[in-house]
Amino acid sequence: MIHLKDISFGYPGGISVLDQLNLSLRAGDRTGLMGANGSGKTTLFHIIMGLLKPSAGSIEIFGKPVRAGKDFEEVRQRVGLLFQDADDQLFSPTVLEDVAFGPLNLGKSKEEAKTIAQKTLMSLGLTGFEDRVTHKLSGGEKRLVSLATVLAMEPEVLLLDEPTTGLDQATEKRLIEILKGLDLSYILISHSMDFLMETSQTIMCLRDGKVLLDDQSIPHTHVHVHRHGRYVHRHD
Amino acid sequence: MIREGFLPRDSVIHRLDPRVKMVLVSVFSVLVAISKQFSVLTLALALGLFVTLLARIPLAELIRRLVPVNLFILFLWVFLPFSVEGRPLFSVGPLVGTHAGVLYALQITVKSNAIVAMLITLVASTSILTLGHAMHELRVPQRIVHLFFFTYRYVHVIRREYLRLVSAMKVRGFRAGTNMHTYKSIAHLVGMLLVRSSERAERVQKAMLCRGFRGQLYSLSAFSVKKGDVASTIVMFAFFLVLAILEWTQIA
Repeated sequence: MIHLKDISFGYPGGISVLDQLNLSLRAGDRTGLMGANGSGKTTLFHIIMGLLKPSAGSIEIFGKPVRAGKDFEEVRQRVGLLFQDADDQLFSPTVLEDVAFGPLNLGKSKEEAKTIAQKTLMSLGLTGFEDRVTHKLSGGEKRLVSLATVLAMEPEVLLLDEPTTGLDQATEKRLIEILKGLDLSYILISHSMDFLMETSQTIMCLRDGKVLLDDQSIPHTHVHVHRHGRYVHRHD
Repeated sequence: MIREGFLPRDSVIHRLDPRVKMVLVSVFSVLVAISKQFSVLTLALALGLFVTLLARIPLAELIRRLVPVNLFILFLWVFLPFSVEGRPLFSVGPLVGTHAGVLYALQITVKSNAIVAMLITLVASTSILTLGHAMHELRVPQRIVHLFFFTYRYVHVIRREYLRLVSAMKVRGFRAGTNMHTYKSIAHLVGMLLVRSSERAERVQKAMLCRGFRGQLYSLSAFSVKKGDVASTIVMFAFFLVLAILEWTQIA
């Protein structure tokens, strides 16, 4: 569904972030993306959405090459991006208005948009949040409502930028359940191995401006702590 | 900051259509702003205060909100009596206060308080969101409505950012004083806030583009004009007419 070929990108005045990067996402793929801070993970997402323009390379999404602004309008309807900071995503005063914003932009009527928004909120277990004021929500609520705003556009692919940062364990678990229940392909940026193991089939790594596939099983040891550890023992 | 709590939730005024309220307050403000007769201004002030009563705004809240305006007016009282020419009324050392100057200052005081009392009632009896939607319905230019909404939404975010920066400074032992270090640090703080706000704006815009934004914001709410709206419009316009007649025929 998404094919990036030889994509290069560098911020003005800085060194290059992405260097002839290749990436493919097929229908049904659930991919985790890891990488050091500043390795270009967010940049990569923004290039897919057409928010940043690569200096070289070609992008093909849903079988069609995308180059300029106009091409990306369709991409943005079918690919949903969840931002790192929910305060960037939730700009409307109330939850319902924010979730209905996408559908309204797609040309739905007020009534249709309202229904879609309510349905989406319900599917995420957020019924009753419609008239809540967005800036007064808690961090976890903000993240889930942001996800609702993206899902309300009925995308085919999701790009999630560190969806678990700042979430407590209960909310993280809730998010994992939601992601598992979605009939979508997605790419997930996270630093948490545990989260990625639960939610992705493959894990890729962004290093030196390139995407590397990490699906080998490598035996390794863990440092761990438990009671009575000073006595010699084995683990099975 | 915007305080929406501590305010009455329901009254005759609350139930009026926000569009009607906005139109009435605007007409009232213009009328009062151009009037010069004291009889007209006093009546207007009385009306303004009466409406705050109708909206059941607590006196303390009303006073709290009137203070900033009157602080500004206080400055006018310091300068105006001495800078308008006319019959001398009193003197402070070499400075001579005139009759006309005092009257002028008094006129501005009554005017501003009347208008601000009315505006306080409008804002206190209508949620910010509803006001924005009413502006949209009244065909106020899109850009102004957007500015209004975004200011409301992000003023909190920017304030939180400010408080975070201030506490970060405090925990590292910063204490404001009258020295170069303080000025420099405060300048850095303000600069950092500006940079962050602008970066925030960029990210918000990107997030909006991702959801298909094409420069058009849609509103989900619908307003309806009821009997009370029509009645209050008629009553208020009758009152405005009286004020206007008083002003231009100079009966009083």
